[in-house]
Amino acid sequence: MNKQEFLAQLRRGLSGLPREDVEERLTFYSEMIDDRVEEGLSEEEAVAEIGTVHEIAAQIIEDIPFAKIAKERIKSERRLKAGEIVLLVLGSPIWLSLGIAAFAVILSLYVSLWAVIISLWAVFVSFAGCSLGGVLVCVIFTAGGSVASGVAMLAAGFICAGLTIFMFFGCKAATHGTLILTKKTAIWIKNCFRGKEEA
Amino acid sequence: MDIQLKRGLLDVCVLAAIKSEDSYGYKIIKDMKPYIELSESTLYTILKRLETANMLTVRTVEHGGRLRKYYRITAEGLRRLDEFREEWREIMSIYRFVTREDSGNE
Repeated sequence: MNKQEFLAQLRRGLSGLPREDVEERLTFYSEMIDDRVEEGLSEEEAVAEIGTVHEIAAQIIEDIPFAKIAKERIKSERRLKAGEIVLLVLGSPIWLSLGIAAFAVILSLYVSLWAVIISLWAVFVSFAGCSLGGVLVCVIFTAGGSVASGVAMLAAGFICAGLTIFMFFGCKAATHGTLILTKKTAIWIKNCFRGKEEA
Repeated sequence: MDIQLKRGLLDVCVLAAIKSEDSYGYKIIKDMKPYIELSESTLYTILKRLETANMLTVRTVEHGGRLRKYYRITAEGLRRLDEFREEWREIMSIYRFVTREDSGNE
């Protein structure tokens, strides 16, 4: 891919984003390619060093704040006719309440997702507590003369300690996964607003 | 390296790359390469952030029939570098403490 093709593809990948942002990025990448060519690389080699259009576009979209993308979208929408405005106002009790309901459903789904994560961590804490408790009760039982119960408690404590370690990695992975999901969803929403599915 | 730590270090590295003389995007990446890898899109974000924080200024210069952007460090940017030096003096003393304990146990 030469420089022109790269820049044209990147421009397509960034369609729907604020114009001045797009122009500034394209100038930046164009300079980066020119500087490499000046050093003796071919255009194709220079483009290859910079990375794939898909990756670059994804990072740029992630960088640009949602509000800016939404504003650009509203700006580029055609003007509404008087009749459409009347319909929009008259229909507002319906679409507005539907919209709020949809938003509430999505928000509650998201909150419950985090609730699951929090409860996983709570289980982790309780296992950790049980393992400590097991050891403590073992000491108390043994001191009180019932060695068999003491040993059983110690064993229970060790089992809980093992589960604690497993839970820790599980919880960490679940938290990490949810954070990545949040980031992906944010990019997806941004893409919806600029009127383009993720390539 | 920890992502948060790397992010903070990259800002300072870019400032260091333009400290002694004005520089341009590709040269900054080349100068930093032996120490820390940096992609074009990351550099763009950092330059924007530093510009917004008044730590550098940008000017466009004609170069070989095309335009190239040069970045110059400001007093604010130099202050950030001094601050970094102070922060790391502390971190280095902690590092010495941590590693000294290691060798003491051997």
